Amino acid sequence: MSRTQSTNENGTETMSVREAIREGLREEMQADEMVMLYGQDEESGESFEVTDGLYEEFGQRRVRNTPISEAAQVGGAVGAAATGLRPVVEVSFSDFIGVCFDQLMNQAGKTRYMFGGESRVPVVMRATEGGGKSAAAQHSGTVHTLVAHLPGLKVVAPGTPAASKGLIKASIRSDDPVMFFENKTIYNERGPVPTDESYTVPLGEASVERVGEDVTVVATQRLLGEALSVADGLAGEASVEVIDPRTIYPLDTETILESVEKTGALVIADESPMSYGFHAEVMARVVEDGFFTLDAPPQRVGVPDTPIPFAPDLEGEVLPDAPDVERAVKRVL
Amino acid sequence: MAQIDFNEPRERTEALRRMMLIREFEDAVGDRFADGEIPGFVHLSQGQEGVAVGAVGALTEDDYVTSTHRAHGHSLAKGLDPDRLLAELYGKETGYCDGKGGSMHVASLEVGMLGAQPIVGASVPLGTGAAITAQYTDADWMSLTFLGDGAVAEGQVHEAFNLAATWELPVVFVIENNLYSEGMPFDDQHNIEDLADMAASYGVPGETVDGQDVETVNAAVSQARERALDGEGPTLVEAKTYRYRGHFEGDQEPYRTAEEVDEWRTERDPIDNYVDELLETGVLTEDDVADLERSVESELADAVEFARESETASKDVAFDDVFVEPAPEIAAHRERVARREPNWSVY
Repeated sequence: MSRTQSTNENGTETMSVREAIREGLREEMQADEMVMLYGQDEESGESFEVTDGLYEEFGQRRVRNTPISEAAQVGGAVGAAATGLRPVVEVSFSDFIGVCFDQLMNQAGKTRYMFGGESRVPVVMRATEGGGKSAAAQHSGTVHTLVAHLPGLKVVAPGTPAASKGLIKASIRSDDPVMFFENKTIYNERGPVPTDESYTVPLGEASVERVGEDVTVVATQRLLGEALSVADGLAGEASVEVIDPRTIYPLDTETILESVEKTGALVIADESPMSYGFHAEVMARVVEDGFFTLDAPPQRVGVPDTPIPFAPDLEGEVLPDAPDVERAVKRVL
Repeated sequence: MAQIDFNEPRERTEALRRMMLIREFEDAVGDRFADGEIPGFVHLSQGQEGVAVGAVGALTEDDYVTSTHRAHGHSLAKGLDPDRLLAELYGKETGYCDGKGGSMHVASLEVGMLGAQPIVGASVPLGTGAAITAQYTDADWMSLTFLGDGAVAEGQVHEAFNLAATWELPVVFVIENNLYSEGMPFDDQHNIEDLADMAASYGVPGETVDGQDVETVNAAVSQARERALDGEGPTLVEAKTYRYRGHFEGDQEPYRTAEEVDEWRTERDPIDNYVDELLETGVLTEDDVADLERSVESELADAVEFARESETASKDVAFDDVFVEPAPEIAAHRERVARREPNWSVY
């Protein structure tokens, strides 16, 4: 794996994360007849309007509504994938995976292994994550650590429009089950996205979004933007390198280790609860393989193990943001 | 295995042979498990052979089957080779799943066996998913999903029934009602007498049949298969049956009497009764039956020898097939775990 920039100034178009995911879905549906989308209100694209317009373009055979039944949706997708389809199933809010967890953990993740490689499960499960919309505890969670912990599942959580398009396309093309997490607060964030239909972002390849010399910040989803703004704000004072891991599992350890070797300092910013999570995994890998490159104890920025509250003031108290990233950066400088 | 045409005498004999093969296979598994040759948990289905052979006998090789933790009968009826199935139970490299599945996870996609699924109820969404593929590709095959009476109390089963019904998917749900959900009697688990009655709440046909009569089961499933392939959606078939062994091997069975088991064995055995019928109708002679018995006994003796003598699966396969496109983590963690010296000793 190598470091890549997630955007290419040649042949790009500025679009939002929402549009980038939609464009990726559209291109893959055009390229492969076996790709179908289904979920609750999928035909109207009502859930954050990501799939808006695809029903009109591809019809009900390929874009279908399901009854509200996440276990049957995910389990059905696994059965369909094992027999030849490439279904993309929407689980709306990631907090809802509780009701389909058996199909996620025991079927999607284990089927290929326990059958001795007999089956392939090319299914993509899309779900939104993240707080910031006063949607309260059961519609605001960030659960990608939970899923990344389960053997047999690949987990994607892009932070830019370009990564969103490239990764949804790679996820659909992957013969492995992929859980694709979309942070709902960055759907409207815009950026350059390659228009070439062959453009994909490989699963397990991080992106160095900003080159720096003094500290490495590994930041996901919404916090990628926060970290970049902190880097801008500290310009002249400190040189901050910002990495979007883009894929949670597999994780591009090499790019992170190379960066820490250069900077000697590490901050991990991710909206997961902080205990036993993504932060800990990144830190463990850097400590295991790059302990002596560290000049300061690594720091984590995340949710202090609480559910996300409803009231905007309380929510703001719990959610990590740019000042939290900045404080962490200053602690390791 | 191919569809069985019960109008043909020779094919009725084939149905009997398949039931005998399943019985012999599971007798061998029970004995070898008791001897300590087979590790893990095994769940046997002696007494339920009429459901397995009757239902799967309605299918072609292209149809898919999903099964439960009690899957040996369904697997053999679908055409899995007894040698490789038994080798899988022994954890050998010649087994269907490289020794990674065992009794509870056997699959063989080449014959349409989409897998045993011991999470109770989990096979039902999966079988429904296979039917999504069939409908999407306008295929001439369908999906059959076995579930037990216990699974009917699970939530995901009803989600799948409802999805299959509202999408009119080509799937047949076969409930094997063997009167016990693990150790709990049927009457304590459900408030209705016939589980097929639930079909009404999904707006699909449901039928309760005698699972001890292979031809009755076959007729119901054949009809349901025709409906499915005609685009008329799912059917729920409940087959009333009985298991002679406990929920698992070693089960002390405090929940029922030996007399009850003996009564089913002597009065309602699907194999003995079918032998009687084929003798009475002149399809078979006593000698034919003895030949069939010898033949399956010999086949199973060979299977036991094959399983015993096969090599244990290579330890390396323990890390294979988690993904199609590997994750580097698995190799890296393996290396780390295998290291003898502490990581920092190089400094």
